[in-house]
Amino acid sequence: MGAGLIRDLGFGAAALVFLLLIPAFGGGAGLNDFLIYVAAYGLLALSLNLLTGYTGLVSFGHAAYFASGAYSFGLLMQSGEVSVPVAFVLSVGFTALMALVIGAICVRLKEIYFAFLTLAFQMMFHSIILTWVSLTGGDQGLMGGIPRPVFWGIDLSGPESFYAFCMVVFVICALILRQIVQSPFGHTLRMIRDNPERAVFLGVNTYWAKLLAFVLAGAIASVGGILLALFASGAYPEFAYWTMSGQAIFMIMLGGSRVFLGPLLGAALLQGLNHYITGWTEHHGLVLGIVIVVAVLGLRRGIADFALDWAQSRRERRDAPADPAPAVSGEKA
Amino acid sequence: MLDIEDLAKSFGGVEAMRGVTLDFPASSLTAIIGPNGAGKTTFFNLISGHIRADRGRVVLNGEDVMGRSSLEIVRRGMARAFQVASIFPDMTMEDSLIAAVTARRGELFTLRRRAPLPAARDRAREILDTLGLSSRAGALSRNLSHGEQKLLDIGLALAVDPKVLLLDEPTAGMGAEERWRMIEKVHALWEGSDLTMIFIEHDMDIVFQIAQQINVLSYGKVLAQGTPEEIKRNQDVIDAYLGKDHHHAVAEDAR
Repeated sequence: MGAGLIRDLGFGAAALVFLLLIPAFGGGAGLNDFLIYVAAYGLLALSLNLLTGYTGLVSFGHAAYFASGAYSFGLLMQSGEVSVPVAFVLSVGFTALMALVIGAICVRLKEIYFAFLTLAFQMMFHSIILTWVSLTGGDQGLMGGIPRPVFWGIDLSGPESFYAFCMVVFVICALILRQIVQSPFGHTLRMIRDNPERAVFLGVNTYWAKLLAFVLAGAIASVGGILLALFASGAYPEFAYWTMSGQAIFMIMLGGSRVFLGPLLGAALLQGLNHYITGWTEHHGLVLGIVIVVAVLGLRRGIADFALDWAQSRRERRDAPADPAPAVSGEKA
Repeated sequence: MLDIEDLAKSFGGVEAMRGVTLDFPASSLTAIIGPNGAGKTTFFNLISGHIRADRGRVVLNGEDVMGRSSLEIVRRGMARAFQVASIFPDMTMEDSLIAAVTARRGELFTLRRRAPLPAARDRAREILDTLGLSSRAGALSRNLSHGEQKLLDIGLALAVDPKVLLLDEPTAGMGAEERWRMIEKVHALWEGSDLTMIFIEHDMDIVFQIAQQINVLSYGKVLAQGTPEEIKRNQDVIDAYLGKDHHHAVAEDAR
């Protein structure tokens, strides 16, 4: 095992211990719920950033895979035929297959065409959910609750064990994503992001690389959807609406795309703002919009990216005090 | 190593390449010269599969690669560097070379290990060393100087382990002194390997100094080919291309 992997695993374990200790040290049910939200949306944003930040593919339809995870998991559990782990694996597998089919068409296209085609497929998925009422409950959502039968001696019906389950799943998925971006494949994706034509002339089959990234991102997003479905004990068409994808993009813009955990920071901030602002005004969209405008115009990048650039330019100034090298400005927004 | 037969391409009504036949023996160092718009870069784009030719044959290492994609042609041993350095701005020099070597080694889809893979890293460092870039290995490519970016572009092409290397104006945009430093590196690279190297160059002094063989293109056709001595004496070349410089030089002398 390399030093990088050990460091990431150590960081993941420490983060998990910290998260699991929060309830014991006076974190109320409200905080637990908030963290479960952040975990679910965090997986949506982190997985989208595999496409946006690491591959240079801005998908406007990423919530389709989030919703696909939620609905397929909910339906499988309501069928009563399968256990939680089996439903989990089948939902992720189904979503990956869906991402494979949609991705096979979308990743042929570039930039805005890619963005709009992913959006079109998401809207298609959304209309299927709305119109196939007998299966999905239409605009009422998947009603009747999602059962949580005991598996492997784990009972998810208690709030503490459910919270712990969500944190464990979240940390494992974040570590998988981290492994992807730090693997040779992750570096192949960076080449495609920076200069796809050059990558081709170095023997990179950019089509297959982008497709694999698309499928992996979709699969991880579906886990976020599963967590949210379990938490909400249902699945709703809003999960698949374009505003959900828009929120994921906001999270990345707010948090930053070039630092691995940037989108998670964005997810936490956006969820935090949502919770806090809805407490004192109905116009929470207005306040959110202002925050984003300030972040975009003021920092011109996500918060984590801003911190990264600040640290880098400071280090460069220290390393080369005599040389007035231009400050690093890796603006990708 | 590389045989081009009757290569032709029209863009709309404009014949950019009008039946070019050229032969590049293994381990040769050939310059392609010609006035602006002669079709030099188009020639590279055609043989590297970037643009599809209308007719002709491109035989690389005994195999006709005409009509194949640039991806397939790269894998058969042809790499290129670009007139405007084509690099990965947000990756460090070392990371981009490692990624390129990893792609060459067929490990570009590896998910279960961490980058850099040791073999790829070693090869990347070798390339950095060859090009004299080791001290800047960790710099972001976007922050490199123009000359360093041009070298990195060549380094990326080397990462492919090519048999044939196409260099589109390796000295483009450089001052006189930097040009010579660059071309010395290119020459040393060729001498230290068995690469078949083809480069486009504007600076006649450079071309006559280092090329074994010179091909002169003009309006999409081969105007002349031969050794530097032969080209210098070729009347067509003097009229069409060197003439201007020649007259210019004469005028300068007269002043």
